[in-house]
Amino acid sequence: MTSRDAPKKARIAKYIDESLKQVFSELEADTMPDQITDLLSVLRAQDDALKGKK
Amino acid sequence: MNNLDPRDELVTHLPALRAFALSLTRNRASADDMMQDTVLKAWTNMDKFEPGTNMRAWLFTILRNNFYTSRRKLNREVADVDNAFSDTLAVKPDHDGRLQMMDFKHAFDLLPDEQREALILVGASGFTYDEAAETCGVAPGTIKSRVNRARAKLTELLKLEEDEAMELTDTATTAVVGNIEVPSR
Repeated sequence: MTSRDAPKKARIAKYIDESLKQVFSELEADTMPDQITDLLSVLRAQDDALKGKK
Repeated sequence: MNNLDPRDELVTHLPALRAFALSLTRNRASADDMMQDTVLKAWTNMDKFEPGTNMRAWLFTILRNNFYTSRRKLNREVADVDNAFSDTLAVKPDHDGRLQMMDFKHAFDLLPDEQREALILVGASGFTYDEAAETCGVAPGTIKSRVNRARAKLTELLKLEEDEAMELTDTATTAVVGNIEVPSR
């Protein structure tokens, strides 16, 4: 790689990372599936029950 | 210093964990099964988590281990992909921007698993090379090499070396990063 290529490489890397962040944030914004929220409810209820016994 | 109860903190990482699962598996059903397994394991082994360390990295490590273990069990080289990753299309800035983002997602789907995860960890999740290396159980140099190879492959697939392509994609990127709102069609 020559020093003249460096800014272009940096621009490309920035473009790739920013596109990735955009895709990743779209995926993060997806609604949490019921199976996960249901599981959390069960786990919290189990924890509460255990605390109640102590 | 984070004063959240670790179980409450875990919940704050779930959106990122799911995004990571989807980017690894590219299949919603598999991603959700893997997440369920990861949440269960993390919750029941919370005493093994060291407060003050990176919980997101810890969760990603558990999920990643689940992914490779289940893939080995199924003895599949190619994952059962339903394009969960590349089909995710929210509102995009403009027609060109949308097409380019689709191209980007399809190109990203073509990367080998190890390069995809390295790029997601470092490029999208903000992990340092050391954190990504610890998550993947390899040396930091290996992660650097995977990220470089992934970027080179995307550059080739998307023809980003061509000046015209970069001019077009820069317009799209500027719009995406600038969060320009577009009326829904």
